[in-house]
Amino acid sequence: MEKKNKKTIVMYLAPAMVMIIVFLYVPIIINFINSLFNWGALSPKRSFVGVTNYTKMFNDGVFWTAIRNNFIFVVLSLICQIGVSLIIAALLEEQFMRRLQNIFRTIYFIPSLMMATVVGIVFKMIYSPTLGLVNPFLEAVGIDTSKIDLLGNSSSAIYAITVMSQWQYIGYMVILFVVAIQNIPEDLYEAAAIDGAGTVKRFLKITLPQLKDTIIVNAIIILTGAIRVFDEVFVTTKGGPGTSTETLATYLYRVGFKNDQMGYASAVAFVIFIITFILGLFQMKSYQLEEE
Amino acid sequence: MKKARLKLLHGLIYFLFILFAILIILPLIWMVITGFKTNKELFLSPFALPRKWEWENYVNAWNSGIGMYLKNSLLVTVISTLLSTSLSCFAAYPLSRLHFKSKRFWVYLIMGGLMLAPQSSLISLYKMINWVHLLDTQLALEVVNAVFRIPFATFLIMTFYKGISYSLDESAYIDGARTGQIFCRIILPLSKPIIASCSIISFRAVWNELMFANVLLQSSSKKTVPLGLINMQGMTTTNWTEVIAGTVIASVPLIIAFLLMQKQFVRGLTAGSVKG
Repeated sequence: MEKKNKKTIVMYLAPAMVMIIVFLYVPIIINFINSLFNWGALSPKRSFVGVTNYTKMFNDGVFWTAIRNNFIFVVLSLICQIGVSLIIAALLEEQFMRRLQNIFRTIYFIPSLMMATVVGIVFKMIYSPTLGLVNPFLEAVGIDTSKIDLLGNSSSAIYAITVMSQWQYIGYMVILFVVAIQNIPEDLYEAAAIDGAGTVKRFLKITLPQLKDTIIVNAIIILTGAIRVFDEVFVTTKGGPGTSTETLATYLYRVGFKNDQMGYASAVAFVIFIITFILGLFQMKSYQLEEE
Repeated sequence: MKKARLKLLHGLIYFLFILFAILIILPLIWMVITGFKTNKELFLSPFALPRKWEWENYVNAWNSGIGMYLKNSLLVTVISTLLSTSLSCFAAYPLSRLHFKSKRFWVYLIMGGLMLAPQSSLISLYKMINWVHLLDTQLALEVVNAVFRIPFATFLIMTFYKGISYSLDESAYIDGARTGQIFCRIILPLSKPIIASCSIISFRAVWNELMFANVLLQSSSKKTVPLGLINMQGMTTTNWTEVIAGTVIASVPLIIAFLLMQKQFVRGLTAGSVKG
């Protein structure tokens, strides 16, 4: 019996585990080793350089631009997808909104069903001063647009990309929060209503504390996503103009696959690994928090 | 008086919600309409309706590749989803319902996998795949996509299996059923909802995936939709309205699937995100 069970266990576990080890864990280790060498995919030369790639990276302005851009992405995403989404969700669950809740919910959600690539291509055109929608609209409300080229100016480009991403994902988070609010026991609200608590008070005293775990988990997901962001930038600006919209992931791609400095790119990849790993530890902690 | 003020406030909130809805819909409507325009019309009057509704853009977009890209995407997505979901169903079983010594280690291995960003493995995976001469094959993309879905799927399914009552398999044990039979006859049939959720999450993720496809696939005939669209957009004489028509076609399948199966979608996505 015992022995037979052991065989079953191996049979059930092995395929998934082998795949995870070979394609998830081993590459991380290889990546670290790779980052200690100077090498390229196109050239046969490969030389050990120790931590040079890392010291080079910390003195590389573009690396810090990428960090800054990821940070902008993180902050704006948290404000919109946690803050704004939560308020929208709470309002949708109010009595007076119930009738139209479904319509609003569905409309807000649709962009998140589209590929980031599609959204990128569409917004690239919408933002364009020659064939887009944004500039004519601004002109119509009386703003001088002769100097506005949202994706073309290095000062506005990263914000334009971030806003596009919020357009896509606010509705997604709204649905998550609506479902979470619906799971809050009704009698908590009833008791509060008897005590004469108003809408705002109910939100602050019941909804927010009850959603604490959901908010934490969602915030970590948003954070991790913002650290990884690639598609949105790659499709719209490829990191440009100049290097102004480069993020860690797009920079890693450019350095590795365009400039063929694979060792240096591996070092950038390792930084992404470290950041997401630390965030992941928090995520794990919040899961355990939930299981208790 | 107070009631009137409340009414006014509600009206204002409604107004803001409708405004936001318009903000969301406007680009979508613009997409569909632009898909019907000629390039010239797009440059002259971005807001106006087309003078003549040109189906041609949609037909051309389909013929110039979108049809093929959709087929490729569907193939890659279905295979990756099947692979990751089925392997996860199996792996989750011993991890949640059987007892053995090294269990803790494997559970940590799964949980650890949740934290790994695909970006940090991009270069090594590229190198590994190059080394086994599988660059520019859909097989490589399918496997890579599947692998990155496994930790989360296993985690979700594990949580679900744990919730199934143990008295069921105990009575089956007494009746002499073997572990494999219990899994197939009791656990799997009960797990349909979570399997559906996992499949939806995985489908959506693989369907949208760009980075690995971009690095692993080279020949045009193998490309998936996101990559194909970028290809169309990058051509020297970009026919913008045709590209837009392409993006509309690319967006339709998932939106229709959502409208038809809203309930399953919402359940799947919330299972996916409230818990990671």
